[in-house]
Amino acid sequence: MGELRLMKGNEAVAEAAIRAGCDGYFGYPITPQSEVMEYLMAEKPYDRTGMVVLQAESEVASINMIYGAAGTGKKVITSSSSPGISLMQEGISYMAGAELPAVIVNVVRGGPGLGTIQPSQADYFQAVKGGGHGDYKLIVLAPASVQEMCDHVKLGFDLAFKYRTPVMLLSDGAVGQMMEKVVLFDQIPRRTDEEVIAQCPWAATGKLKNRDHIIITSLDLDPAGQERVNLKLQAKYKKIEENEIMYEEIHCEDAEYLFVAFGLSARICQKATDLARAKGIKVGLFRPITLFPFPVQQIASTIKRVKGVLVVEMNAGQMIEDVKLSVGLNVKIEHFGRFGGIIPSPDEVVRALEQKIIGG
Amino acid sequence: MTEEIIIAGFGGQGVLSMGKILAYSGVMQNKEVSWMPSYGPEMRGGTANVTVIVSDERISSPILNAYDTAILLNQQSMDKFEKTVKPGGLLIYDPNGISRHPERKDINIYSIEAADEAAKAGFSKIFNMIVLGGFLKLKPLVAPEFLHKGLEKSLPARHHNLIPENEKAVELGKNILKPVQIVN
Amino acid sequence: MEELFAKPEIRKPENIVYKKTDLMVDRPLSYCPGCGHGTVHRILMEVIEEMDIQGDTIGVSPVGCSVLAYDFLDIDMLGAAHGRAPALATAIKRLWPHRFVFTYQGDGDLAAIGTAETIHACNRGENITIIFINNGIYGMTGGQMAPTTLPGMRSSTSPYGRDVLTMGYPLKMTELVAQLPGTHYVTRQSVHTPGNARKTKKAIRKAFDIQKEKKGVGWIEVVSNCNSGWKMTPVQANKWMEDNMFPFYPLGDIKVDGKLIEVAK
Repeated sequence: MGELRLMKGNEAVAEAAIRAGCDGYFGYPITPQSEVMEYLMAEKPYDRTGMVVLQAESEVASINMIYGAAGTGKKVITSSSSPGISLMQEGISYMAGAELPAVIVNVVRGGPGLGTIQPSQADYFQAVKGGGHGDYKLIVLAPASVQEMCDHVKLGFDLAFKYRTPVMLLSDGAVGQMMEKVVLFDQIPRRTDEEVIAQCPWAATGKLKNRDHIIITSLDLDPAGQERVNLKLQAKYKKIEENEIMYEEIHCEDAEYLFVAFGLSARICQKATDLARAKGIKVGLFRPITLFPFPVQQIASTIKRVKGVLVVEMNAGQMIEDVKLSVGLNVKIEHFGRFGGIIPSPDEVVRALEQKIIGG
Repeated sequence: MTEEIIIAGFGGQGVLSMGKILAYSGVMQNKEVSWMPSYGPEMRGGTANVTVIVSDERISSPILNAYDTAILLNQQSMDKFEKTVKPGGLLIYDPNGISRHPERKDINIYSIEAADEAAKAGFSKIFNMIVLGGFLKLKPLVAPEFLHKGLEKSLPARHHNLIPENEKAVELGKNILKPVQIVN
Repeated sequence: MEELFAKPEIRKPENIVYKKTDLMVDRPLSYCPGCGHGTVHRILMEVIEEMDIQGDTIGVSPVGCSVLAYDFLDIDMLGAAHGRAPALATAIKRLWPHRFVFTYQGDGDLAAIGTAETIHACNRGENITIIFINNGIYGMTGGQMAPTTLPGMRSSTSPYGRDVLTMGYPLKMTELVAQLPGTHYVTRQSVHTPGNARKTKKAIRKAFDIQKEKKGVGWIEVVSNCNSGWKMTPVQANKWMEDNMFPFYPLGDIKVDGKLIEVAK
């Protein structure tokens, strides 16, 4: 077993980045995720592995540093929270267009605007439906625990390089700020420059004698060329949908009702299933772990077996659209949400189930 | 076994670090733990609270609305969290600075004069460890050797010389805890 | 001249006194006839050829007329989002410290939308080369006012001339960054005559050499023309540049070896 620690979710992201053999972190402070860079700066990863950590002048600069580094085949990560992620959208769109791998961590806070610094899940649409301009998708992972904050960084890098696409970790202020037991994976060595050049023949690493010069860009002024780029991207997303769906089911075998929730909300719903079952209500929990690709068929086959579904989110109703699109119109699906930084409590979720689904 | 605890008081009383030491000791004893603080402007001078869960099983929600134990160290916390203790649950408080004592009739209540003892010892920083000692007397979730390891992990190396002081404070807390109301 | 082209036998290696560098991709440039971009591309590639660092150089192109610079320069390159080239270059150089890294940016890119990235890359003393083409106008989008547009100068968004009271003053980025401790070599040149082009080439070489010493940013502003945007012939444009741009943007070194050599005007 790997090393055991008690860590904040944000610290786990930082430690996991070092251990994943990450080459660089570029970021800008914003609550509630500043511990990521603070931990990295204190940890001196340059001495440990040669990993570079740089505090940029803005989120705009951060994401473009990530774009530059990723374009040279390096393994890089940035983190921010909602307003900062909004600033990054242009760069993320460019990276999707130029097919560059990177991990972007969004420790979501309540919005819109400056909003609040308390946890929220209101950036689901932004993360899953594009966020920036153009027809693109990110692979979106929704960690629900500090352990997953750690593990999803490693998984995120693997997926990012496998598909040459940016991967987003969509967590929230609570998962970022809370401490839990983590089993850390062992250090993965950073790749040497020679290994980067060999493993990333698409990257701008300096022109080699035996190949043409490499251009990293998302620009193709010829519409036919740009359509080809788009078709290529769509084919890639289809492959991701076929291969990378992750989800978890809890107490679904005999469930008459179902919670669908991701991230922190899923943890709360898990407690709510215990409370409800103590009252004799047979309810299960379906937790999508990948938000894109969304577990469409898996969710549909589970929902088929139940009488009603409550989608619980810390937003006004975002993932519920994907849940509804996954199943027929004759299924009772309602939403329960708290927003602006309010975290629903487990008993509140049970009451919502009783009122909106069972009694409704 | 799952123990769900809220610890609340003023920022600076060591509320968060008490929770962290308890949680880290739990990790050392190979238990599942979660430590969920209030954060943000609340932390800066106002009240601070932290939910700590120690369990033998995977922990579901780190956010709770009812607790097995509430450790309440100022009046605001008393007002906010007394009502969240589960019936038959435990409330521990330091009467110092409390103007309205707990009124619930269906919970076990203990008091601990930790602020006075810390002042007597001339070392205010051990306040939270005295309180933790009182809690551990009633709910020995972690064995002393794992508490020691938890302290080692929680405190920066430059403060490791203070671990014996902290452990003494825990023992002191066990001795000065006073029952106020026992319902079961 | 015609006679020369008619006699291919003259084109022998021993007779060559000057030729296009092999590091320019053999395709027609997309720039307007008379534009300075082509000349700067060429001398930049000559420097890289002479230093024999084609395989060790990573370039970053901007958004603007030179957005397609990567199509002409036979080196590995990245196309940045508008204004962000110094951010890309920062990360590339930090992660590939032995590569030569440069940005190639116009005045809208560097001095308007990318001001923050420019200033902060300079202030951090990144070991990169910044080549800044200043023609006082947005060329690619059709001749709009740039931060560098001169007072009274007409553009499509200042059709009655730049009114500094409502449109602000032209921004002298080069003097500005020269004040920052992170810049080591800051100069302003032009390429409108062979002599000026030679000076610019020397400046680019110097800036690349500084990268080896890790002393901070090497910065070359090239005051250039935009005969299309200025609505002049190339000859008129060069004359207008000499008469109007150079007095406001005087040529010459501003900072050498980390020391200011004249008070910023």
